[in-house]
Amino acid sequence: MITPEVADRIRAAIAKYPSARSAVLPALHIVQETYGWVPKEAQADVANLIGITSGEVSQVVSFYYMYFQKPVGKRVIKVCQSISCYLRGSDPIIDYLKKKLNVQAGETTPDGEFTLLVVECLASCGSAPVLQVNDDYYENLTYDKIDRILAGTEKSAAQLQLEYDEKGVEIPGLYSNYSGPGTVPEAGS
Amino acid sequence: MSGMGVYLNLDVPNMKDIDVYIKHGGYQALEKALKEMQPSQVTDMVKASGLRGRGGAGFPTGVKWGFVPANINPKYVVCNCDESEPGTFKDRKIIEHNPHMLIEGIIIAAYAIGAVKAFAYLRGEFAFGAKVLQSAVDQAYARGYLGKSILGSNFSLDMVVHRGAGAYICGEESAQLESLEGKRGYPRLRPPFPAVSGVYAKPTLINNCETLSTVPLIVKNGAEWYSKWGTEKSKGTRAYSLSGHVNKPGTYDLPMNTTLRQLIDEYGGGVPGGKKVKAVIPGGSSAAMLPASMLDTPIAFDELTAAGSMGGSGAVVVMDEDTDIVRATLRIHEFYREESCGKCTPCREGTFWLVQILERIAHGGGMPGDVEKLLDICSQIGGRAFCLLADGAIPCIISSIKYFREEYDYYIQHGHSMYADREIAEAAR
Repeated sequence: MITPEVADRIRAAIAKYPSARSAVLPALHIVQETYGWVPKEAQADVANLIGITSGEVSQVVSFYYMYFQKPVGKRVIKVCQSISCYLRGSDPIIDYLKKKLNVQAGETTPDGEFTLLVVECLASCGSAPVLQVNDDYYENLTYDKIDRILAGTEKSAAQLQLEYDEKGVEIPGLYSNYSGPGTVPEAGS
Repeated sequence: MSGMGVYLNLDVPNMKDIDVYIKHGGYQALEKALKEMQPSQVTDMVKASGLRGRGGAGFPTGVKWGFVPANINPKYVVCNCDESEPGTFKDRKIIEHNPHMLIEGIIIAAYAIGAVKAFAYLRGEFAFGAKVLQSAVDQAYARGYLGKSILGSNFSLDMVVHRGAGAYICGEESAQLESLEGKRGYPRLRPPFPAVSGVYAKPTLINNCETLSTVPLIVKNGAEWYSKWGTEKSKGTRAYSLSGHVNKPGTYDLPMNTTLRQLIDEYGGGVPGGKKVKAVIPGGSSAAMLPASMLDTPIAFDELTAAGSMGGSGAVVVMDEDTDIVRATLRIHEFYREESCGKCTPCREGTFWLVQILERIAHGGGMPGDVEKLLDICSQIGGRAFCLLADGAIPCIISSIKYFREEYDYYIQHGHSMYADREIAEAAR
């Protein structure tokens, strides 16, 4: 099922390791980047390229939570609910997103645009509450910020950091040890 | 503001660029190690510095390096960048902002033990970090700090940046090696330990990201310089991750004799709204919580163990006086239930059972005897599971019951939290 280009990328990954099987996780990331999820046919292709059984691939897909075994929305929103985000208001954030998108956690919007997931600690506790949209982190969340994130007009943490590296402009919370206002999100703040 | 320790030059823009890194003294430690020191001297220096593992276990780093046998090859270095302990976010800053410091530490460690290849295992969510680290690795290859005959010596090293895919258990050493080999992240039976039989059954040195990032500082400035900070058994500085109810959450690299009160008040700006601290988790959610009366404990390994908690990952989570401890504990235990790998019964069944009872209590169905049952389940998990994830899954609830028993009793007696009643009483006034 996978294209020759994807197969080449997987072969390049395999070449980096003393044992081909080590490339299973990287290969599955390449598949998911390309197709948005990991179809069974792609799993079989990965197994063939690496030289293991498709069962040995599917047991990895089912163990690691980042791999999707069914199609998901174009933008997968993952909201952290672990203790530090919880203490700084992740529950209201999750409720807000459920209402805005009109889905439960784990569901995809009917237009196929968003999937809403609730996840565990994303290692961004100093700028809590935090969510990811696909691979991008969005931190120090407020309801207004979430509106902008859904509209696609908010900068991600990585974009802010790259701006800092290029221009040396101080971004509050990014490189000082202080990461932002100490209140749980209020509507409109 | 400039930092110290692994956050030295924290405010310098673009430290991920090799020229900026070199301009600020980068790769001088590597040069010193390769040109002036024997591999065993590097290990001795790390031993003398008193550096202890910064991932969670706090094992003496130099001693761990010494466990790797000299005469079995090939040998590998694995850098554990799987940072997933709730409350911890110190390694991410190193990877995204100062990856060359990490690379330099990995190369020096590989030189010390005679490794031929190094893997940086990043948690899958660090997609951006993996890109940044890979670019830095490419730059290091281009300048001759990685690859064949580094800096003209007869030491060569290859480095691979490897991403996990979402599993807290893969921060556990042996599970990480299983994952690196392309399998499910189930922990291994030890012995044999990774030093003797690690990845691909070969001798492997596996250390935390911050631990290895500290090595260039030690090699450049010497063991005495590093050991002049800290407490007697917790030498040096560490990057604390401060979060929860504080005004200035963030990462702070500070000497290890810093107390919880100093971190929270002097650096963290105190609790928002001028409220009081109710409880602090001093070392990541696998560490027992401590009440406000113990805030003058230094955030160091032995001192925290003596206080009934542990140094862990150095993640300090602050809970203010209005925190519902039962619900916070429930949230923490949902994490362990989620992340239990399922291999062994005490953890797999125990984490589910604990959450089941906590949920029942939090939603008004608590019954007399529930607290005793929770403690009994914990005693069947602790020390009886296949790996230490389970041992980290119980201190929170045990300490919450020890210090805040009245909150559980109130829930069980009244069917709701004491905070609900307090709010109603205050509203009526």
